[in-house]
Amino acid sequence: MNDAMPTGPGAGHSEGGMDYLMSARRKLVTVYLPLAVFTFVLLFPFYWMTITTFKGKEDLYDYERNSPFWVANPTLANVKKLLFDTAYPEWLWNTMLVAVTATFISLFASVLAAYAIERLRFKGSRWVGLAIYFAYLVPPSILFIPLATMVFKLQLFDTRWALILTYPTFLIPFCTWLLMGYFRSIPYELEECALIDGATRFQILWKIVLPLAVPGLISAGIFAFTLSWNEFIYALTFVSSSEVKTVPVGVITELVEGDVYHWGSLMAGALFGSIPVAILYSFFVEYYVSGMTGAVKE
Amino acid sequence: MAQATGITLLSRINNSANALGLLFMLPAAAILLVFLTYPLGLGLWLGLTDTKIGRGGEFIGLDNYRSLFNDSVFWLSVFNTVVYTGIASVFKFFLGLWLALLLNENIRFKSFMRAILLLPWIVPTTLSAIAFWWIYDSQFSIISWVLVKMGLIDKYINFLGDGWNARFSVIAANIWRGIPFVAISLLAGLQTISPSLYEAATIDGASRWQLFRHVTYPLLTPIIAIVMTFSVLFTFTDFQLIYVITRGGPVNATHLMATLSFQRAIPGGQLAEGAAIAMAMVPFLVAAILISFFGLQRRKWQQGTKD
Repeated sequence: MNDAMPTGPGAGHSEGGMDYLMSARRKLVTVYLPLAVFTFVLLFPFYWMTITTFKGKEDLYDYERNSPFWVANPTLANVKKLLFDTAYPEWLWNTMLVAVTATFISLFASVLAAYAIERLRFKGSRWVGLAIYFAYLVPPSILFIPLATMVFKLQLFDTRWALILTYPTFLIPFCTWLLMGYFRSIPYELEECALIDGATRFQILWKIVLPLAVPGLISAGIFAFTLSWNEFIYALTFVSSSEVKTVPVGVITELVEGDVYHWGSLMAGALFGSIPVAILYSFFVEYYVSGMTGAVKE
Repeated sequence: MAQATGITLLSRINNSANALGLLFMLPAAAILLVFLTYPLGLGLWLGLTDTKIGRGGEFIGLDNYRSLFNDSVFWLSVFNTVVYTGIASVFKFFLGLWLALLLNENIRFKSFMRAILLLPWIVPTTLSAIAFWWIYDSQFSIISWVLVKMGLIDKYINFLGDGWNARFSVIAANIWRGIPFVAISLLAGLQTISPSLYEAATIDGASRWQLFRHVTYPLLTPIIAIVMTFSVLFTFTDFQLIYVITRGGPVNATHLMATLSFQRAIPGGQLAEGAAIAMAMVPFLVAAILISFFGLQRRKWQQGTKD
């Protein structure tokens, strides 16, 4: 099953094959109209988030004088408040640090594990592969309480290490599973040639398999990074000081003050917490999609 | 001499798949055993003790489960979780499948569409949940405003103040977030179906519905099974959306098992009780996993391939 990337240039070639069977008007009603509704609904919250960020008080609460769908008097006050009056820059730095470190640790462990399971075929490797799959299905919401007691005992509570060490529990199973699929698509013959030429397994992994699996590594890396960025329950439980919080936790716990919600700055927090992942995602869409679909299909 | 044994040991490890496999598995296995397998067992144990925050517990057998059994809030959370998962999964499946079929048509800007439609899945759930919280606001909800302007309702909807309204509101937010995942995964499956099958069926006079029912659907079933297992599993254990939008309110009407477990364990300090609630989710998860596992086995057997 090396069909992890069905999105190559050849895939779309013959799709228009039977298109002539559908009239243009019918296609408008059955395809483009529903698609427009889907697009509107799926993207509206982002539009709403963005314009609320730039609304002042009068725009925010007076729908009669100013249309709610537009900003009459754009203001940067909410953004300024977020960037200078809260610890947002620190949260951003923490999230980045934790996500990058956890991603690299997970990639390192996953490459070795996936290669061992898929190519070394040691005794019991099939069962280990299955165990990895089940490990991915263990949700954080049943692990966070025992993990919290462990984090406390190891004196990691309220440190970035608490997150860096626990995030790999869901990153490693996912990355390993994804990389197993990629390694499977690399021909055995390449490795056999290298073995005959006297290369060690480490050399084969480093000089032959890894260069060929670069797209898989990028997919796994991007995916792991976004998963870490989105993580919430561990970060909410294991960390309590403002200066070690991640963006999602900081925005939820510190921008909500009592019963008065500062919607403008909350939306600014949501927007500015989403933009970094959205930018990263926009650069690597194809890798992201192939990672997602590849992992599901294996 | 020592050097010689060193070399032979190294070369023996290098030549033995088992020894090298063990070595390669070491980092992943160490992390997963310490931070995944051990906590699973520890969670089971905690559920059988009376541990509180700041105080170690003693073994008390099934007392936590017994008190949960008589706890109406716990049963309400089980009910909510089942309703939440059931309704959201059904909608995610049908809408996701529909979106996948639409994207599989010969349309313009296909990859661009696919990229932007995945956004709800990429953006941190907690942050998009804040947007929903604002959309559901009792006084400034944009949905209420539009409906009032259109003359469909005369009073703002109390989205999060009423039990069932709140349930449907969080379910809608969950569906919104889940559709892209289902759609894009199924789209990948659709793209592997050979167009010649459709051509052959069309020549035989099949209608569009028959094409879907007898060509698309059977070939898509394996992927549907896996995608929906993931979807059900992650919906059942959802925490973020509820925590941000309702915190389980009004009057526990939207508490899921995960949020109740957090509520009792961390702010409430009753670690043992929280762990017991979390463990009560396991049977449901195991059932979902088994269905997926045996579904996969059957597929392999049907296709007659070994792996």
